[in-house]
Amino acid sequence: MSSAPTELDESDEAVRVRMVVNGRKVACDVAPRVTLVDCLRGQLELTGTHVGCEMGACGACLVQLDGRAVHACLMFAVQADGARIDTIEGLSESGVIADLQAEFHRRNALQCGFCTPGMLINAHELLSQVSRPSREAIRDALSGNFCRCTGYEAIVDAIAAVAEARAAAAQGRGDSSR
Amino acid sequence: MTAPLTSLDRPNSYIGRSVPRPNAKRLLAGRGRYVTDLRLPRMLHAAFLRSPHAHARIAGIDVEAARALAGVHLVATGADLARICTPWTGTLDHFKGMISEPQLPLPLDRVVWAGQAVVAVVAESRAIAEDALELIAVDYEELPAVVDLDAARAPDAPLVNPAASSNICFRAQLDSGGVDHAFAAAAHVIEEEFSFGRHTPVTLEPRAMVADYEPDSGMLTVHHATQTPYQFQDLYSRHYGIPEARVRVIAPDIGGSFGMKLHVYHEDMAVVGLSILLGRPVKYVADRIESFVSDIHARDHQVKARMAVDAQGKILAMDVHDATAIGAFSTYPRTSVVEGNQVIRLIGAPYDFKSYRATLEVVFQNKVQTSQYRAVGHPIACAVTERMVDLAAARVGVDPLAMRAGNVIPDDAYPTASPTGYRFEALSHEVCLRRLREIMSYDGLRAEQSELRQRGIYRGIGIATFVEITNPSPAFYGVGGARISSQDGATISLTPSGEVRCAISVTEQGQGTEAIVGQIVADQLGVAQEHVRVLTGDTEVTPHGGATWACRGAGIGGEAALQTARRLKANILEVAGLILQEQPGALDIVDGQVVSVANGQVRLPVAEIARIAYFRSDTLPPGTQAQLTVSHHFAPQGYPFAFTNGVQGCYLEVDIDTGFVKLLKHYVVEDCGRIINPMLVDEQLRGGVVQGLGAALFEECRYGETGQLLNGSLADYLVPMAMEMPDIIIDHVETPTADTILGAKGCGEAGTAAASACVLNAVNDALTPFGASVNAIPITPARVLKSLDRY
Repeated sequence: MSSAPTELDESDEAVRVRMVVNGRKVACDVAPRVTLVDCLRGQLELTGTHVGCEMGACGACLVQLDGRAVHACLMFAVQADGARIDTIEGLSESGVIADLQAEFHRRNALQCGFCTPGMLINAHELLSQVSRPSREAIRDALSGNFCRCTGYEAIVDAIAAVAEARAAAAQGRGDSSR
Repeated sequence: MTAPLTSLDRPNSYIGRSVPRPNAKRLLAGRGRYVTDLRLPRMLHAAFLRSPHAHARIAGIDVEAARALAGVHLVATGADLARICTPWTGTLDHFKGMISEPQLPLPLDRVVWAGQAVVAVVAESRAIAEDALELIAVDYEELPAVVDLDAARAPDAPLVNPAASSNICFRAQLDSGGVDHAFAAAAHVIEEEFSFGRHTPVTLEPRAMVADYEPDSGMLTVHHATQTPYQFQDLYSRHYGIPEARVRVIAPDIGGSFGMKLHVYHEDMAVVGLSILLGRPVKYVADRIESFVSDIHARDHQVKARMAVDAQGKILAMDVHDATAIGAFSTYPRTSVVEGNQVIRLIGAPYDFKSYRATLEVVFQNKVQTSQYRAVGHPIACAVTERMVDLAAARVGVDPLAMRAGNVIPDDAYPTASPTGYRFEALSHEVCLRRLREIMSYDGLRAEQSELRQRGIYRGIGIATFVEITNPSPAFYGVGGARISSQDGATISLTPSGEVRCAISVTEQGQGTEAIVGQIVADQLGVAQEHVRVLTGDTEVTPHGGATWACRGAGIGGEAALQTARRLKANILEVAGLILQEQPGALDIVDGQVVSVANGQVRLPVAEIARIAYFRSDTLPPGTQAQLTVSHHFAPQGYPFAFTNGVQGCYLEVDIDTGFVKLLKHYVVEDCGRIINPMLVDEQLRGGVVQGLGAALFEECRYGETGQLLNGSLADYLVPMAMEMPDIIIDHVETPTADTILGAKGCGEAGTAAASACVLNAVNDALTPFGASVNAIPITPARVLKSLDRY
């Protein structure tokens, strides 16, 4: 074996990353190899974003980057420099997914809760693009979110119910504005 | 002794009511507290170097370079941990003759599966620990690896354990007598061979722990993502020589378990030792790749079955041989033979026949250990039985549903026993089959199937009847010498402000334990559920108990909560009687108020009793000592197990060009006795069914010839996702057990028990026009095409 390194590697030298996370400006000093999800969970203590597979297959780490759902395990924190990141904590506090959360709760569309933040972020993304998706379309949209507990049906039901309610509310607003 | 329970019309009547889980809201807001999230002061991180070989001698380990890396605090080998941890052996006395090698946290001189942890590094961060792993050199001398089941059983097979005389871990035989005679006299004899792939639980949160040994007080605290904190308190205490009262195990929010997180893992034992060696908190979280090679696997059975049937289609006898491969060790402390044992004892269990013979062979191989995973043995027993029933029905020329109706144990025949000796208190197969016919619109589906076949669309209908073992008594583990409790305890207090606090030994992994315990306590005390706080998962806070496994939470933990709440209510009413100058029997509690039984008149808030008892005991009659905290334990008595039953149906379509199976709809009729929260029961069934459907169609740990796991990642190992899963229609029959006041049995494994059997039957039903047959699970497109001679 060659001589042992006794100093920390250069690759561990921190880089400053600036982001707007859940509406607040933050600056993190991170090693280039640190993933976005590890930065969020570690330095920023936003532990609502979970790590399930570290290869983009399970959806537990979904966050919003500049308004779109992305896998926080598949990008380095340095790649998010300058971006706006919204996590489950921010979306909860702003109230934008309150109806989804209430419907998930009412129908018990979660058990252990480990997949739930990613599910909610993906559901929010779907409903921001398609106002009344079919059950088939909802199942398709969730096909990157692994849930070992529920069997998915209650999750599909909850998203469908929220889509209906949002569409009805939009219709109501539309009618009154005419 | 089934007491009438409250009607749903009364205030605080929560038993039988679908109410959401109070603890789910914070999980929805991303405010769960999983072990994975935990960070303690001075905490270090562990990582493990793993064996690249399935079987090899360790000739030498060079850790000097790793030790020298900045940020590394400790590099530990097997010998370092063996100095402080006593070995363990995964055998139990009631499995006569079973053997398994003693195990240590890390191996001393030999690795026995690819992926086994060999060296531990503890560093300031997980990344530095992993950097250090790359600097460790292990000199291996490869040994012949025993990979598949047949190879392990061959007479000249290399030995997984050189000290043993063969690769046999355990053999068992059952024989009710009369089997040969029954086969000789039978009008039809059906024979089939089955194979069931290895699969693994894949909890979304991997195994995680933080061990925190404080050397000055000699106190060990382990934050452990487990179902069974008390079991681990006992194990850490005994293997590391720390008095039990100085070991605290805390199980906070847990990201799924399904049986996987109640076994001893080598890394987990090692992490405790690492913390003791360092006197600092040490965290270890398995990454997904590590999970695949170190979490328990399950199933991996090959079954040969014969069934004797008379000319009218009455089942006369079964004769089965089950061979199962469990890895290099039997898992500690619950062993790896329980699954096989349950396979041979559950085969044929729903049916009324007398002659049964079975042989079980459990063998070692150079793979990761198998052990108990959701529905232990049931899916195999059910698939074998139900496929044989379908084959027999076809041979006799009877419809599969009618075949079952003619052979299940009649609903009026209880109490009775299975030919394998399981005692049944009361089951409801006949009514469940009738309900299934209705909810499936069975005759309509058959007509649709027939019509579509004319158009070249091949749909199949599968039925599977099942029984499930729940509420286990000490007959499960205790009699074998395992320090695994079959009782549970609760401590319920009326707090000074009149709230209720219940600390209970059953644990929560998302199934809703805390919710149903809260429902039972509120119901029995007569208070609103929002005034009941339930605490679980901390050995320092709750009484000792078995916790949550084998579908015992509601039936045993729920009964413990019920009996404790009734005792506390009696104590509250005794104090109320003294204050009100009334007989306690003339008083009741409704909605947090003491009322007169006679006319319902409100007499006194419960909160006022608490205030007087805690702060103005001087105003109570002399000699009064109010007992507003009650601890009480409940151990199941009567039947050794509370069996449940049910039937599932599956409707699917097979694409005969691609071999793909599309699940269209799934149906469940289930009888788990008294239902506490119908919504939570339905969700247990749905989740369980989907785990069984994953097993049926997708999941398999595939190994290469040298014992390397080939598909050990979530990109390669297929799990059921939303797109492939059907909607699931559920109906219930309620036959409460009379062994408890509550009458509840378990429901968590019923879905998984029969789902894969249903799919197997449905795929074969769809393939009937081609004379093709599938007898291996998972039913992959390749296997379907092979059966059609198209691959």
